[in-house]
Amino acid sequence: MASSGLFSLVPLIVFLPVAGLLVNILFGGRMSEKAIGTLASAASGLAFAVSALLGVALWTGSGGAVVVPFADWIHIGDLNVAWNFRVDTLSVLMMLVVSGVGTLIHIYAIGYMHEDVRFKNDVGRYRRFFVFMNLFIAMMMILVSGDSYLMLFVGWEGVGLCSFLLIGFWYEMDTLGRPSFANSNAARKAFIANRIGDFGFLLAAFTMFWAFKDLSFDAVFAQAGQVAALNPGIILFITLFLLLGVAGKSAQIPLYVWLPDAMAGPTPVSALIHAATMVTAGVYLVARSAPLYTLVPQAQTTVALVGGITALFAATIAVGQYDIKKVLAYSTISQLGFMVAAVGMGAFVAGMFHLVTHAFFKALLFLSAGSVILGMERGHHHLPHNGDHHEEVFDPNDMRNMGGLRKQMPVTFWLYLVGALALAGIFPLAGFWSKDEILADAFHKFPAVYWMLTIAAFLTAFYMGRQVWMVFFGKPRHPVAEHAEESPKVITIPLMILAALAVLGGVLNLPGVSSLTLWLEHTIAGVEPGEFNFFVAGLSTVLALAAIALSWLIYGRQPLAEGQKDPLKKLLGPVFTVFERKYWVDEFYWSVFVNRYVDIARFLADVIDGRFWHDFVHEKVIAGTYNWLSRTVLDLRVDQQFIDAIANGLGEWTKRISGSLRRLQNGFVRSYALAVLAGVVIILGYLILK
Amino acid sequence: MNLTLILFIVLAAVAVASAAGLLVSRNTVYAALFLVLNFATVAVFYLLLGAPFIALAQVTIYAGAIMVLFLFVIMLLGSEKLPRGLVLPWQRPMAIVLAAVLLAEAGFLLFQRLRLTATLANPEASVNTTETLRTLGMTLFNQYLLPFEVTSVLLLVAMVGVIVLTKKEKGEQG
Amino acid sequence: MNQTIPLSYYLAISAVLFAMGTLGVLIRRNPLIIFMSVELMLNSANLAFVAFARSFGVLTGQIFVFFVMTVSAAEVAVGLALIVIIFRNKHSINIDLMNSLKG
Repeated sequence: MASSGLFSLVPLIVFLPVAGLLVNILFGGRMSEKAIGTLASAASGLAFAVSALLGVALWTGSGGAVVVPFADWIHIGDLNVAWNFRVDTLSVLMMLVVSGVGTLIHIYAIGYMHEDVRFKNDVGRYRRFFVFMNLFIAMMMILVSGDSYLMLFVGWEGVGLCSFLLIGFWYEMDTLGRPSFANSNAARKAFIANRIGDFGFLLAAFTMFWAFKDLSFDAVFAQAGQVAALNPGIILFITLFLLLGVAGKSAQIPLYVWLPDAMAGPTPVSALIHAATMVTAGVYLVARSAPLYTLVPQAQTTVALVGGITALFAATIAVGQYDIKKVLAYSTISQLGFMVAAVGMGAFVAGMFHLVTHAFFKALLFLSAGSVILGMERGHHHLPHNGDHHEEVFDPNDMRNMGGLRKQMPVTFWLYLVGALALAGIFPLAGFWSKDEILADAFHKFPAVYWMLTIAAFLTAFYMGRQVWMVFFGKPRHPVAEHAEESPKVITIPLMILAALAVLGGVLNLPGVSSLTLWLEHTIAGVEPGEFNFFVAGLSTVLALAAIALSWLIYGRQPLAEGQKDPLKKLLGPVFTVFERKYWVDEFYWSVFVNRYVDIARFLADVIDGRFWHDFVHEKVIAGTYNWLSRTVLDLRVDQQFIDAIANGLGEWTKRISGSLRRLQNGFVRSYALAVLAGVVIILGYLILK
Repeated sequence: MNLTLILFIVLAAVAVASAAGLLVSRNTVYAALFLVLNFATVAVFYLLLGAPFIALAQVTIYAGAIMVLFLFVIMLLGSEKLPRGLVLPWQRPMAIVLAAVLLAEAGFLLFQRLRLTATLANPEASVNTTETLRTLGMTLFNQYLLPFEVTSVLLLVAMVGVIVLTKKEKGEQG
Repeated sequence: MNQTIPLSYYLAISAVLFAMGTLGVLIRRNPLIIFMSVELMLNSANLAFVAFARSFGVLTGQIFVFFVMTVSAAEVAVGLALIVIIFRNKHSINIDLMNSLKG
């Protein structure tokens, strides 16, 4: 088939971004900022083009999976892992999302980083950003195109690394630009939380190898049935530990704590990695492992519950946040909970659908928030440097400093509004369709999770409404907000494209047409097109509108004035404080886990290594014994007292003997003569006696 | 009793007595004179042994030249009374003991071991003085010529040495 | 007049005189007496030589005595010269005072 030739293009999805980053590394010093950014965006865009071609190839072909071998990697004993590319409908879907949204974000970042490096006074760092971004795209592509769990893990680790690099992009300062460890700590937190998840993934992978003798998808899924029949415990173990990996990467309970801190990275990073792509890797993993999960219903229940609880939990926290990006971060965690719950329940298509639409509107929201922040920064820098309102340190992210921005930044306002409505799930925007499909499936499959998700959806609409009223309506609560400026086209154009996608994205899987279901049917067994559930849809719409109305009542009718406390605080009192303080989870983790770990480490270092090994074993025992041996035994006893005694003694005795013999030489002739006579007598006597 | 034996015994007694006198006398001159007497006795012994030349040489050289030289030096140095033995008090008894042991050993050797049975004939007609002298001279100047010459060199050396040794340095008081 | 004197008698005399000479060398502190004792010893050796010469009937012993006498004379000369020199330095002929070889 002519299309089969297209499949061989698949390595390009990895190597085009790699080429982009290499060129930027080697020649970026001599290139202009525009060139660097354009090159990186082009690399990502070409990867999107290749992904589209692959999609077309699949569409026109049978739609079945195509494995494109690339390189041999590991050949040890029973373990044979090759680097093969898997082109099937699920992986191509992910490729399209990653490269498509990724390219738009790259273009946005050209403008955003141009201003950001100037606000933070390090123009030279511009190039590094795009190198890391391309690296991320390459790694994410490896993740989604891998044909085995091990290749997936390579990409998994790679995106973890890129997340670390990009969160800590401004490593020497905090979000306000002051010298601090805050940003690098956030990057470290992300890496460590991810690591815990990776530990789970690895245990699952080891067990998989032990049970299946192979790690490639086809081999594992083929044998899954037999192994489950013999010992379902193995599959349960594998799936639960994969869930741990998902909890790390996709920020579910209990490992979600890194994602809010990750907002320390520049906004394009938050959009790309922590909203649209990396965090969805966990959802992709579960969807990919569908054959395993469907064999163990207990694992499915666990996954669904984790997702549902996380969704509700994070939504409550989002209600109490003041930082514009933190609200979106907790919203992301909540929406990820939706997706994880969906794929956990077995609603794989619903989960993937929401993944795609969420990528559109969450990226839109984050990038628009970035536009707002930049606007605030511009206002801050253009503020006349007099008057008592000018502060040394200004937080452009704090919503309490904003207000009335729809007048200063109208384009951003409208774009933001589209994103917010899509997230809230208002008909006919994309979020409505995908969220509803999840709710509909949950209603049938797992009612407890359904109610959790429904309440979470109510809260989602509420906090988005709260955010929109606080940021864009009312009067500016700070002089900076008065001077905020709109962003340039290079920033707003990608946003408009995303907004269009957020509006139209629903067509991907309209009930009745179910294009996505049919698309994914080729890869995931047993998916059926869902039916449109009027009750569910109606209830969710009513609740969303009620939530928006409630938020208007509290925040919109009487817009917040300067210095006024959040009215919800008065209403809910201590409950609001719990939300605001994120249920003190970070503090709990610190005191229970992290500090104990530090204590153990310190104990090991100071007591075990320092006092015991070093002071005692090395110094006292080994060095002490050696010193004792050399000084006391060998030097003193042996050398000085024994050997020297012998040597000196010999000398001493020689002296004494010669001293006594010397007295023979008394100089008196008579004694000499006597000696001669004595000798004669003795000799004669000897001769006589002989 | 043999006349020769009596003579021998008398002479032996004189010799021993004079030697004892040499040993014990405090006066150096008396000691020298005792020694002269001893030499004379030994000269008679030589005669008894049939060596007339040696006997007379003994008297001439020993008693005549050497002892005179001794007496010259005795006069030169003066005879001082040496104080009682201050040092090496143990040496005197030791010496006496050792000398006695030596004598005992000699006696043992002579009379127990060697058992010399030879007897010596009297010096009578068997001894022809002129012949003995002639033979002595011939032997001396033929067989023992080298020792003879060396001895003469030795005497020369001794003479020169004595003169060099006793020569007073310039400016030295006598 | 028929009896002759055994050789051993002469040798006995020689030994006695030798022993007495030795005693004199060891006991006396006057170097002159010591020298005289040495002469006594030499003399006793000469006596033994001549006795043996007579015993074996050869003249070798007498010739040897000849040489001994000559050497003895030379030796006495040199020795007395030395004593004179020592006397000049030490103003005493006590042999116990001549102990500079003391080590």
